[in-house]
Amino acid sequence: MNYHSPASFAEASALAADATGITRFLAGGTDVLVQLRADIVTPDNLIDIKKIGGVRDITRNADGGWTLGVAVTGAEMSEHPELGRDWPGLVEAMDLIGSTQVQGRATLAGNLCNASPAADSVPAMFAAGVTVTVTGLGGDRVVAVEDIPTAPGRTSLGKGELISAVHVPARGQNAGDAYLRFIPRTEMDIAVVGCGVNLRLEGDTITEARVSLGAVAPTVLLVEDCANAIIGTTLDQAALEALASAASAACNPIDDKRGTIAFRTEVAGVLARRAAKIAYARAKGEQA
Amino acid sequence: MSKIHVSTTVNGDTVEYLCDPRETLLDCLRDRLNLTGAKEGCGTGDCGACSVTVDGRLVCSCLMLGAEAEGGQIETVEGMADGEELHPLQKKFIEYAALQCGVCTPGVLVAAKALLEKNPDPTEEETRYWLAGNLCRCTGYDKIIRAVMDTAAEMREAS
Repeated sequence: MNYHSPASFAEASALAADATGITRFLAGGTDVLVQLRADIVTPDNLIDIKKIGGVRDITRNADGGWTLGVAVTGAEMSEHPELGRDWPGLVEAMDLIGSTQVQGRATLAGNLCNASPAADSVPAMFAAGVTVTVTGLGGDRVVAVEDIPTAPGRTSLGKGELISAVHVPARGQNAGDAYLRFIPRTEMDIAVVGCGVNLRLEGDTITEARVSLGAVAPTVLLVEDCANAIIGTTLDQAALEALASAASAACNPIDDKRGTIAFRTEVAGVLARRAAKIAYARAKGEQA
Repeated sequence: MSKIHVSTTVNGDTVEYLCDPRETLLDCLRDRLNLTGAKEGCGTGDCGACSVTVDGRLVCSCLMLGAEAEGGQIETVEGMADGEELHPLQKKFIEYAALQCGVCTPGVLVAAKALLEKNPDPTEEETRYWLAGNLCRCTGYDKIIRAVMDTAAEMREAS
C-alpha cells in the first residue's frame, strides 16, 4: 500500500486518476482503517486529504450558509458555537456516531462516502439539503448529497473524483431540523432506523419540508411522500398520522437480528412523527 | 515497499520512527517506540483500550495510521505521571480499585484525563457518555465512574 498526502484536491484527484488497483481517500479513517484491518478493503493507494489547506475549517458564508472542510470532525461540529444553533439536527446526528474517540476523527464526508444505509449523519444531511463539491480531473461540480450513495458501500463518484467541501444551506427564518435514530441501547450502536426532518413554517403552517429515512433501504432515502404529508398542515394529528404512514410505506428494510422488517417499518413511522414534532418546535423557536 | 519516516512528539519528547504505511499509530507506539501502555483490544475502534490524545483530541490510536502522526503532539498514559508522582486519576483508580485485569485501564485513564481537561465538573451522566467508548469487562464500570467523579471533585478543590 502506498500512502500519499497531497497538498491540493487537484493533486489528490490526479493521484487517484493515475492510480491502479484499489484507491481510498483517507479523512477521519474510522471506516477505512477498520476495513483495512479486517481485510475487507486493502487499498493499493491511500490518499490522505488532511494535509490540504482549509480541510479543518468551518466557515459561515455571506448568504448565511456554511462550508465545512472535509476533515472537520464530529467533535469540532459539536463544539462550534453557532453551527448547532442553525442546524441542531445535523450536529446531533453527527454526534450520535460512535464514541468520544471516534468523534475526534469521524467526518461528514467520510460518513457519506462510506455509503452505509445506516449512517447517522447522512439522513440529517439529506433533510437539510446539504450539497458537496466534487473535485475531478475536469474541475469541480456541486452535487446534492442524495446523489452520492447508490448502494451499500457504493457511491456515484467516478475514478479520480473526491468530495472537496460540504455545503450546508443558510438556515433562514422560522425553520428547524431534527434527527432521531432507534438503537436498542443508549450509545455505541448503529441505527436500526434513523429519520431526519427539516421544515419551515409560515405562521403555524408548514411551507417546506424534507424528510429522510436511514437503515430501512439499501441507501438512505429522501421521502417526498412524507414531505407532502405535512406541507400545508400545522402538524396536527391527521398530518402526523399521514406522515407516519408515508414513512412506513417507503421502507424496504432488511430482516436481521437487530430489527425485523415489521419492526423497522413500524419504527420508521414513530420516529418520523417524533422528529417532525421536534423540528416543528424548533422552527417555532421553542426548546426541543 | 518503502517505509515512511515520521517525526512527531510523544509526551513532550521529539521522536522519529520508520513505519510501514499500513501500520497504525498504535503499532508504532508499541512496536517502534516501546510504549506499550496503549493496548490493542479490538483493533476496530470499539473498545478504547488504545486511547491516546493527538493534538489534544482523544482518539483511538488503532484508527489512525502511524504515518498520519507526522508533526503531531501525542500524549499517552506513559506521560500521565510526573516522574514517580502519579496523576490524581491514577491514585484514585488505585484507591477505588477501579480496575481488575488492567487491559482497559490505560485507555480509561487517558480518556478520563481528556474529559477533566475539557470539563472539570462533569455530571455522572456526562462522564458515562464520555467513557462509553472505553469497554471494561471486569469492573462493571461503577468503580471507574466513582473514581473519575471523586478525582474531579478533588482536583476542583485543589485548584
